Amino acid sequence: MSNLFNVTVTVNGTRYERTVEPRLLLSDFLRHDLGLTGTHVGCEHGVCGACTVLFDGEPVRSCLMFAVQANGHEILTVEGLGTIDDLHPLQKTFQEAHAVQCGFCTPGFLMTLVPFLEGNPNPTEAEIREAISGNLCRCTGYQHIVDAVKLAAERMRT
Amino acid sequence: MTKKYLGQRMTRTEDPRLLTGQALFVDDVEIPGMLYAAFLRSDYAHALIRSIDVSAAQNRPGVVAVYTAQDLGDFWQHGPPLVPAPHSVEGVVFHSRTQVPLAKDKVRYVGEAVAVVFAESRYIAEDALEEIAVDYEPLETVADLERALEAGAPLVHDDLDSNMASHLVQRKGDYAAAREKADLVIKRRIVIDRGAAGAMENRGIVAHWDEKSQHLTMWDTTQAPIPVRNGLAKILGLSESQVRVIAPFVGGGFGPKIMMFLAEEVLVPWGAIQLNRPIKWIEDRRENFFATTQERGQTHDAEIALTRDGRILGVSHEFLHDTGAYNPYGLTIPLNTQSHSMSAYDVANYYSDMKVVFTNKMITTPVRGAGRPQGIFLMERLLDIAAKELGKDPIEIRKRNYIPPDAFPYNHEIIDQAFAPLVFDSGNYRPALEKAAAMIGYEKFVKEEQPRLRAEGQHVGIGIVSFVETTGVGPYEGSRVTVEASGKISVATGVGTQGQGHFTSFAQIVADQLGVSPRDVRLVTGDTSEFHWGTGTFASRGSVVAANAIHAAAKSVRAKILRLASKALETPEEELELDDGQVRVADIPRQSISLGELAVLANPLRGAVEPGTEPGLEATAYYGPQYGATASGSHAMIIKVDPETMMVEIKRYVAVEDCGTMLNPLIVEGQVHGGVALGIGNSYYEQLIYDDNGQLLNASLADYLIPSATEVPRVEVGHEETRSPLNELGSKGAGEAGAIPVPALFAQALEDALADYNVEILEAPMSPNKLFELLHGKEKEQ
Repeated sequence: MSNLFNVTVTVNGTRYERTVEPRLLLSDFLRHDLGLTGTHVGCEHGVCGACTVLFDGEPVRSCLMFAVQANGHEILTVEGLGTIDDLHPLQKTFQEAHAVQCGFCTPGFLMTLVPFLEGNPNPTEAEIREAISGNLCRCTGYQHIVDAVKLAAERMRT
Repeated sequence: MTKKYLGQRMTRTEDPRLLTGQALFVDDVEIPGMLYAAFLRSDYAHALIRSIDVSAAQNRPGVVAVYTAQDLGDFWQHGPPLVPAPHSVEGVVFHSRTQVPLAKDKVRYVGEAVAVVFAESRYIAEDALEEIAVDYEPLETVADLERALEAGAPLVHDDLDSNMASHLVQRKGDYAAAREKADLVIKRRIVIDRGAAGAMENRGIVAHWDEKSQHLTMWDTTQAPIPVRNGLAKILGLSESQVRVIAPFVGGGFGPKIMMFLAEEVLVPWGAIQLNRPIKWIEDRRENFFATTQERGQTHDAEIALTRDGRILGVSHEFLHDTGAYNPYGLTIPLNTQSHSMSAYDVANYYSDMKVVFTNKMITTPVRGAGRPQGIFLMERLLDIAAKELGKDPIEIRKRNYIPPDAFPYNHEIIDQAFAPLVFDSGNYRPALEKAAAMIGYEKFVKEEQPRLRAEGQHVGIGIVSFVETTGVGPYEGSRVTVEASGKISVATGVGTQGQGHFTSFAQIVADQLGVSPRDVRLVTGDTSEFHWGTGTFASRGSVVAANAIHAAAKSVRAKILRLASKALETPEEELELDDGQVRVADIPRQSISLGELAVLANPLRGAVEPGTEPGLEATAYYGPQYGATASGSHAMIIKVDPETMMVEIKRYVAVEDCGTMLNPLIVEGQVHGGVALGIGNSYYEQLIYDDNGQLLNASLADYLIPSATEVPRVEVGHEETRSPLNELGSKGAGEAGAIPVPALFAQALEDALADYNVEILEAPMSPNKLFELLHGKEKEQ
């Protein structure tokens, strides 16, 4: 049996205290220890971006981090972005623009885009594509996602 | 009855759940006491197993059980063939060899499962894998198709004389005679290699056996929950009613998730029953590369014979198809290739010699396109090369050869993947080609823009290709439509959903029949306890087969509603209309009754239901197409190549598709975009690279390059609509069309961009490396 460590982390505004193995991945911790299954795991290589969450406001690959690294930090997952009755503007435009097909990659895209739009509220198409080039989608061909981002950016500016 | 919703660009009902992380995928299922499975997979492509020592693994704390083939006893069996053997086909040679749950005595591909560990966590299970000692005696490997057929080649299956799994010759007319009359014969070798489906969600299973109720529930990322349930019940010795298979939200299918009864799908439920604990297995990405099926590998030696004005007299090809170490999917993929090798053209003479070859590589089963891209690549390449020699342009030569619109149904006189005559139900190919050419500005580009850009030193090219796509095959699907007491409608169908928007497009069909909003139609797909007759989501058939079953069931319910409402409102049926969830007397809107009230009336708590009638407002219907509907289209592209870095930039991409009646054009366009993206991967970025030892060299997303947002351009989609006469909706499938013509288009456009190098592209996928070698080979010749 390996050593266990105490982790205190705030996720979507709620404080959690857990005891974990040092090798427990942050993605597994969020999904299975905390039951927040909105964050998805596509590769565990850090390539596909499906596991992206915000770590103290910055997008990170939760599959490449350990839960113990989150001790004392703040995390935002897709569950903290909006609810079915109160969708974030990006979630609304993703639906309007048909940017979701199977939905597996979607939370990773959303969490990547939130800080992107904060830093670049009026992006060009090329800038949007560059920003999401670290998120793989096998279903949509990205076009409707780009449309959704443009529309959300426009609405969020006004 | 006014059609309000069918054909509308409705946004999807299911999206809010997916967008807020509230949708259930298999790995989200948590059951108390759950164990986790991990599989030990062979590192050798071909080896004897001398011994397996699992004792250290078994003794690891947290490990509950470790099994090898020996431990399975009578349960160890070859999996069932997934398609019927082609015994009815004249002259066919076919050897069926299906996969096993755990390798016994011999491993035949890297990734083949050798042992399974069930432990308290996936982490512990993977630790235990490292402690299993397997004594392998490596054997010589066959990875190359031609070497596999050479005399003396190592045998993948030693009970056979060779590695030839199947041999089938198909003929139409007399190619040899046609060749004699030809003014031009083009002969080329064309090679296509493997790609992965690459769904973002890997495979996964959770199996829960309840000992007290003697019932098995399984969540599975499968595209075919009903056949999985039926097959598993048989394999496990249970009654079908004891087994429930649920395909919840599935993160992409693309084909391999319809491969059934690989090791995991058999051993996870078996283990759950043996150990009386729920068991979860979630595939990781590296496993997905080794343990999930894939396809596209073929080698063709092909010929096309034409007149000097570009009329095709005949096509002939001998080809080898790579089935991998086993062939559970029979001849489906190479038959599809044959079905598409004549493509949209009126080819009077055809000869095709197909040999399916066992190799020490992963099993091949359909991946989006399923053998069709290979056939289209073959024909379009031969035609383009012929066009160049004859001085014809790509548009002209295609128009000259299309099957004319009055020639349908067109019988190609060869058999298709269902062993039935290949018949195209309908088609009108010229308009799509002309539209694609107009949308991309073909003439203007060739006459004005391209010369100008070339003068500036740019290597830009344009391409335009056509394709057909057989879709909507049987055997059948079914659906049940029910009006509930609330007035809302519930619909169940057997196909599963992996992102195709069924919850919305199918609801649109029902909404039109019953006069409700699609948002008030709740659909369940892929749960065998809700509907247990059907096959699955594959081969672009949902919008044909499931949709027409739903349409039929909805029509039956509509008839029941009108009959009952007519009695309730004391008005003849012809004077009633359905709208807004109400049945109204036309012109007297105050005289109405809601669907909910009618549903309650139809299900009385007292009194008697008349003999010969059924309670409620519910109907079940099935649809089985006589044969498949054939979709078609044309794609065009403008591409820029840097002949130093080999990097490409797609400047414009146009896709014109004809899938008959569209249920929801927004969803169709999404399917086309996604298909094109996969096609672009298949053309220039993705290839599963095996070495001569059968080792997969690029088993990670860092080395297997799925296109990102910077590689996939905007796809401008155009529509043509040639309704299928085979079904009431007039629909054809649309799921694979985006992917099918892309490699052929890429080849034509790249050649055009590099016209000054005068290269021929005869393989797919291409890649920056391959293009470099091609160009430098050319330079050396000069």
